[in-house]
Amino acid sequence: MIFFRLILTNLSRHRVRSFISIAGIAFSVAAMLTVVTVLQGAIGMFSGILSSDSEIIVFERNVSDLFFSNVPGKVAEEIRAWPMVAHADPVLFGIVSSADHPIITCFGVTSEDARIRTATWIAGNRGNFALYDDDVVLGSRAAEFLNATLDSHVPIGHGVFHVIGILQTANGFEDGGVFMPLSAAQSFFHKDGSSVITIKLRRREDATAFKLQVKEKYANLIGLEDAEFNRSYSQFRILKATAWAVGCCGLVLGGLGVANTMIMSVFTRIREIAILRVNGFSNRQIALMIFGESAVVSLVGAVAGLLAGTALLYSLKLVPALDGYVDVSMRPPVMLIVILLALLTGVAGALYPAIYAMRVRAVEALRFE
Amino acid sequence: MMNAMQQSPQPRTVLRAENVWKSYDGGSIAVLKGIHLEAEAGETVALCGPSGCGKSTLLHLFGGLDEPDRGRISVNSIEVNKHRDLLRLLRHEVGFVFQLHNLIPDLTLEENCLIPTVAAGTSRTIARERLRELAEFTGLTGRLGHRIQKLSGGERQRTALCRALMNRPKILLADEPTGSLDEKTSATVFELLLHMAASEGVTLLMATHDHGLAERCDRLLEMRDGRIHEPGLA
Repeated sequence: MIFFRLILTNLSRHRVRSFISIAGIAFSVAAMLTVVTVLQGAIGMFSGILSSDSEIIVFERNVSDLFFSNVPGKVAEEIRAWPMVAHADPVLFGIVSSADHPIITCFGVTSEDARIRTATWIAGNRGNFALYDDDVVLGSRAAEFLNATLDSHVPIGHGVFHVIGILQTANGFEDGGVFMPLSAAQSFFHKDGSSVITIKLRRREDATAFKLQVKEKYANLIGLEDAEFNRSYSQFRILKATAWAVGCCGLVLGGLGVANTMIMSVFTRIREIAILRVNGFSNRQIALMIFGESAVVSLVGAVAGLLAGTALLYSLKLVPALDGYVDVSMRPPVMLIVILLALLTGVAGALYPAIYAMRVRAVEALRFE
Repeated sequence: MMNAMQQSPQPRTVLRAENVWKSYDGGSIAVLKGIHLEAEAGETVALCGPSGCGKSTLLHLFGGLDEPDRGRISVNSIEVNKHRDLLRLLRHEVGFVFQLHNLIPDLTLEENCLIPTVAAGTSRTIARERLRELAEFTGLTGRLGHRIQKLSGGERQRTALCRALMNRPKILLADEPTGSLDEKTSATVFELLLHMAASEGVTLLMATHDHGLAERCDRLLEMRDGRIHEPGLA
């Protein structure tokens, strides 16, 4: 209890300094949480597109990005005929632009595609999809930012398309995207196949056999289960690494703030440390006291940062342009990692001050101060 | 013969300095020049002398806070710089009282006194019982919850005395314990110091400028120019 009082007493002695350190950690944690959550949300949404009513995706082996993948058109027909397959939906991804919107995701799909089947149609009729090549269906957010209504015509890329439906999904990418008939998309993007084929098996246990069959029959293609894909897709890995790297940079800055506070804290109470030594405090107890102070700063900062980050994410969700893109569901592992990283940063920041405090010679401190 | 030995046991030497030399600044400032000193269990010894004569240095050496350049410093027959566990020496064998009380100002009197027991890992119940006992003895019972800033100079020094005795050390090293107090308070604190040393059976080695107070100890040693001159028993 007294030990804890020593820790708190010192922090409360320099309230402004302690507050600044806590704020530094809190901002870092909030930044890390926001970046990681937003990017993981984005990744989740993208993988959600791929796993819509499917459990395996087939795409070109060794491509760095699915947008560059090209699966020949006949492959979908052949796979659909395999007994173990319930349905196989080719999807062509493309990026198009309009006058005010440089990036619009475009999905070339068949009328049987899960995205078309399972979405909520706000306007239009699902049965009309893919009757004509210049027909498109817009996600609700895309309709909003393109100022499009049912039966209107919208300029997309170098063409003008007839809006035959507006649909809403739980996925931000899909809601902000344009759905074209697959044949129209192939013509639009000058491809003869699709980017991926999403597969639904009759029995999930057949997944291994299915992947093996893909490997044997199509040397250039690979089939991966959704979880495998999420783990191995290089773009996801890069995004996740970037998110954590950005967050960690923030924490390093916060850690430097803690280090500065702890250094000042030790330097301004050399005599007090000497008194503790004379009263029998060991090096370990002195170091524990210093680390305890930084741990309190980090922990309070981490909790404040988590609250601030959560508030920030909820605020971002309210921004119409980001609707559907921000997934505010807090993942306990992420929160735990963020707290642990903050604690680790705090402890690392207190390392030098603790070593310095351990080396304080009581006799010199008491004689000269 | 046997009875006589039981009634007056042989005095035991608890502090011993043998030909102790100490200098600073690479030897340019010689502070102790071949000090010899012995103090027996329960004895009160005053070290008198001008500032800079080495009184505090000698106390620091006995407390294991510093090491001699040459010679031997022993506490309870164990050489201090070869002491198996210096922490044990500071936690259980010696207590320090300084001229400036050296209390932590933001803590209460009680918390300050409990610091040595935290270091030693004493149970809270035992520590509080000991504090109650010492506070009663020193007249601080009503002040336990007060912060150090709220205490008078005399109360602070009495607090420092309590803190030094918390872990029941048998040796008390007091460095000008009344040096920062007025005459009246100084006399009161010194009286208390002697009284507590006697009641706890503590050996007291005290550095002081005040000859009047020093003469009330069992022995008075004069320190001049890094050497001890024993003028005679008090």
